[in-house]
Amino acid sequence: MTTLERAVGAGLTRVEGAAKVSGRARYAGEFPLDRLAYGWPVQATIARGRVTAVDIAAGERLPGVLAVLAHGHAPQMSADAEPELRLFADDVVHYRGQVVALVVASTLEQARAAADALVVSYFAEEHEVELTRDHSRQYAPDTVNPNMPADTADGDLDAAMRTAPVTVDRIYRTPAEHNNPMEPHTSTAAWDGDHLLVHDSTQGAYPVRQTLAQLFDLPPDAVRVVSEHVGGGFGSKGTARPNAVLAALGARVTGRPVRVALSRQMLFALVGYRTPTIQRMRLAADRDGTLLGVGHDVWAQTSTMQEFAEQAAAPSRMMYSAPNRATSHRLARLDVPTPRWMRAPGECPGMYALESAMDELAVELGMDSIELRIRNEPAVDPENGLPCSSRNLVACLRTGARMIGWYRRDGLPAARRSGRFRTGTGVAASVYPARTSPSTARAIDLGGGRFRVEVAAADIGTGARTALLQVAADALGVPTGQVDIRVGDSDFGQAPVAGGSMGTASWGTAVHQACRRLRDEGGSEARSDTAETIERQRELSRYAFGAQFVQVRVDTVTGEVRVPRMVGVFAAGRIVNALTARSQLLGGMTMGLSMALHEDGVIDTEFGDYSNHDLAQYHVAVNADVQRIDIAFVDEADDELNPLGVKGIGEIGIVGTAAAVTNAVYHATGIRVRDLPIHPERLREAAG
Amino acid sequence: MTTSGRGRAANGSDEPGDLTPITAPVTLHVNAGEHRLTVDTRSTLLDVLRERLDLTGSKKGCDHGQCGACTVLLDGRRVNSCLVLAVAVRGRAVTTIEGLGGPDSLHPMQRAFLEEDGFQCGYCTPGQICSAVGMLDEAARGWPSAVTDQHGSSSGGDEGAGGDEGAGGDEDPGIPLDRAEIAERMSGNLCRCGAYVNIVTAIERVARGAGSPSGGPVP
Amino acid sequence: MRPFDYRLAEDTGSAGVPTDGTILAGGTNLVDLMKLGVLQPATLVDITSLPLDFVQEEPGGGLRIGATVRNSELAAHPAVRERFPVLSQALLAGASGQLRNLATTGGNLLQRTRCPYFQDVTKPCNKRRPGTGCPARDGDHRNLAVLGASPQCIATHPSDMAVALRALDARVQARTPNGQVDLGLDELLMLPGDHPEAETTLPAGSLITSVTVPALPPGCRSVYRKVRDRASYAFALVSVAAVVALDADGCIGQVRLAFGGVAPRPWRASAAERRLIGAPASAEAFRAAVRTELAAAEPLPRNAFKVSMLNELVVTVLAELTGTGAGGA
Repeated sequence: MTTLERAVGAGLTRVEGAAKVSGRARYAGEFPLDRLAYGWPVQATIARGRVTAVDIAAGERLPGVLAVLAHGHAPQMSADAEPELRLFADDVVHYRGQVVALVVASTLEQARAAADALVVSYFAEEHEVELTRDHSRQYAPDTVNPNMPADTADGDLDAAMRTAPVTVDRIYRTPAEHNNPMEPHTSTAAWDGDHLLVHDSTQGAYPVRQTLAQLFDLPPDAVRVVSEHVGGGFGSKGTARPNAVLAALGARVTGRPVRVALSRQMLFALVGYRTPTIQRMRLAADRDGTLLGVGHDVWAQTSTMQEFAEQAAAPSRMMYSAPNRATSHRLARLDVPTPRWMRAPGECPGMYALESAMDELAVELGMDSIELRIRNEPAVDPENGLPCSSRNLVACLRTGARMIGWYRRDGLPAARRSGRFRTGTGVAASVYPARTSPSTARAIDLGGGRFRVEVAAADIGTGARTALLQVAADALGVPTGQVDIRVGDSDFGQAPVAGGSMGTASWGTAVHQACRRLRDEGGSEARSDTAETIERQRELSRYAFGAQFVQVRVDTVTGEVRVPRMVGVFAAGRIVNALTARSQLLGGMTMGLSMALHEDGVIDTEFGDYSNHDLAQYHVAVNADVQRIDIAFVDEADDELNPLGVKGIGEIGIVGTAAAVTNAVYHATGIRVRDLPIHPERLREAAG
Repeated sequence: MTTSGRGRAANGSDEPGDLTPITAPVTLHVNAGEHRLTVDTRSTLLDVLRERLDLTGSKKGCDHGQCGACTVLLDGRRVNSCLVLAVAVRGRAVTTIEGLGGPDSLHPMQRAFLEEDGFQCGYCTPGQICSAVGMLDEAARGWPSAVTDQHGSSSGGDEGAGGDEGAGGDEDPGIPLDRAEIAERMSGNLCRCGAYVNIVTAIERVARGAGSPSGGPVP
Repeated sequence: MRPFDYRLAEDTGSAGVPTDGTILAGGTNLVDLMKLGVLQPATLVDITSLPLDFVQEEPGGGLRIGATVRNSELAAHPAVRERFPVLSQALLAGASGQLRNLATTGGNLLQRTRCPYFQDVTKPCNKRRPGTGCPARDGDHRNLAVLGASPQCIATHPSDMAVALRALDARVQARTPNGQVDLGLDELLMLPGDHPEAETTLPAGSLITSVTVPALPPGCRSVYRKVRDRASYAFALVSVAAVVALDADGCIGQVRLAFGGVAPRPWRASAAERRLIGAPASAEAFRAAVRTELAAAEPLPRNAFKVSMLNELVVTVLAELTGTGAGGA
């Protein structure tokens, strides 16, 4: 065996980096095809009711129009599919912005103009779009995302709350948040007989292939989905989206390749988003900070079309030990677009509430916020009693505390009265499940010491492609320069979506196995299927943990909050690529900062849509909002995860950040923000 | 209650009128090439670059000048190409990301972004890089930003001119670019992946004069 | 977008006024609104070839700024930075570097409101379609007006530059079908009243050619401050352009105050100014004057915060400019 420097762990620049920085990387809407036509969706302008007529004939007479699709005038698709994708199946409108027609034309300008001119008639009904705790359309879902019980109960939380010496009982709210990847969802579809090829912007080429095959009643291998470069997703491209279906329908009807590129405004209705949440946190504790009870109740919304239940109370089931615990989720079925995954669904909004409540408890107790968490560090997973494969939250807290100078901060909130500007420091814990999902991969010996590895993974900016290259090179025992890694093609076989932070772990295990098999057994190629390996995994509690620290500077005259420094320390197993891992966490924390300070989906109760449906009105963090962010890793060698020892890091960065910000604001001003985002006026109002 | 309206229009809005495209000839100078085209007057420079010239490096992030992903250089000035009508470009020189450099001949700004990992999904990246190149030129010409003049400035007379560092004099009018200056000047380029920290580092490196890399990943 | 004719305006002297068509200068607002379907011109007249991109000295130390001067050029112009720093700061506080490179003086003045209902053609809007109603009053109005509004319309003017120009007593020169006009900003930009669809007093076929900014008296200190939801690239929640000069005895000799983000046009705080002229510079005097000005405010539930936020901001800015103690809480 040759002694090679290990590729895994090194900070390799991205394999596709030169292509991306020179504008040569092609995304889904950038493949020139002969006779390409353009599809422009038409969206419902009522929030609830029915489409009574679409003037198809007039639409088809407009210049450049090749076809107009609508209910009753579009190919039938299988009933055995997600309602959001069964476009034009009926005349029911479930939310404002729902696609009710598609115009296909020879040029982009003509498609757009014709879509704007298409006459659609509706019968409108009264709609309900505002989430409340006592909504008449509220119900208890059977399960919450991905597949957990909606309610849990251990011991008697009510009794603990009645008898404990110190309690916290608070409501926290987060608004609707929109993923808004920089690349709007785009698909280009072309039929060749009964074969369908789609260039799609997706987090999972293989699942999209399966979905499209099902929708169009095709054998799966008649469909190919290619997604080499994806301009971000953050969950919104985690399943097939209407753009893929519309492009396929348009191409079917016109007999030409059709591209459907959603506009930025359309994303606010058509690709999922994070539901708003109302969360009640109850904590009961002894005077020494030992938790006696944890209660977390969540109210969220779903659409009338499909159920999605965000599991915001999930982290309260396992973060801290307590003998009494109760969690619940209730959904209101509103006339709104269907919520779906947005970076760290469940953990992200849930930890905002939990970590804020823990901070409030620390204040009630007169106890250091970090010590409170350490005091309640569980020995086994409180949710199921299983041992943890590795849990280094305490190390993260202590390391971060040192880095930011935690113990130099003033003990009392609002103590820093230096005139107009107040500074403060806050802390919050971070967590995300570490899952590995079955995947397949193929390793090919090209001869001459060169290899190709194929896996239907997705690199949506995570650096997965590069990480997998490093895994492959090490498993093959060759330098990275001798391996050609290919991702983003459903023809490469089953692979899970880039989601749940399980990409590198899942695909990496498959790549590792295929490469080892090739190296050990020889031959021209080797395949792997990790389903059995994963099935045989020991039953353990597997999570990545982190600690986030934030320094804020509040202008008490204007209420504006600036964040001069953030520190994130993460214990996330083996880090495959030091360069891209740091970038992932910088990105997650930046999105968490954005969540705390800016992001606010404003529901318009009169019209039923998100009123601020563009990037000028829905604010995401800009460059000037971000100052210094320090990232550190706590080394973890965990043999119980997967052969690579990898936990995911794509989502943990956003978990806890918002609470660290609001906790810092409390420290700076004495004002507790329980209602995101921190608009300047909320700080000024509370200051009186 | 029944309502009826055009695709996007509210109740009973005006007739669309004749939607037959109106076209015009244009000659576009893009990177090293000259292109004679007939374009729909509605076509933006961005759409002509992407759909007609297969220069897909410039990206459509919002199509309304709100994200900067479409940034190109027009006579060396950074602009949002999604708001520039192709017919209105006229004789001005268009430089796109492809014109700055290719994968085997990277422009120093492209190389800095690559080595500092100033990108993740890469979709905002061409716009970031074109914007950064344009921005450095603006700073070199002494253009201030919102963070350059921080203090209440006077109108002249015995108080003297409003203070800003680095300006004035015939030698070097350039504004020194610290991280705060770079961040402010680059705020017209959104990055949802949150690569801002490394974007600023990459630009800082080029602004300092294509010196040594920053030292790689910082623990 | 509907199809349109595009033509380049040629300078035919003072008689040459484009009587048909919509003016295209930088396009940053016009093209945006055309894509939204809010504006559907049949003809665009591109004026960027006209000789209107000058910045000239006026006798007395003022400046005459051509209508097609780009915002970025104007903000960086040495004479503007030196003599009218509030104007430079206001320009730099607005939009992004890319937008400032396209946007022009004239276009910036005439830009339309960013009210979400005005911009969404699927919703009613009295300004865009008279008589259809103003859903903003009961809807998403956090960013809309607390001064100068009417029951028909609560839109705000989004420009930062215009606020500074208002404080500087700038005047706008335009060619109209009826001859040349020279207007103060309050004579150019209208309040909505019963006709929010009428935003300027210029008749159709007019062309703004320049803006003149008279010299400030010596000894004036000025600043533009903007409060917004993020550190950059966002419209103002509230903003102020302030110009102040003290007399030898510490009383206020000169004061100009204009507010942004709160009204359908830049709001000149004349009532506050009248109270301040001649008064000793003090936090109490500032507070009383601004309170007088804002007494006319008509806040709505979700934008009421603007009144006190603006109040505190102005008091703080005046304190800074006059070196009078630490303003603010």
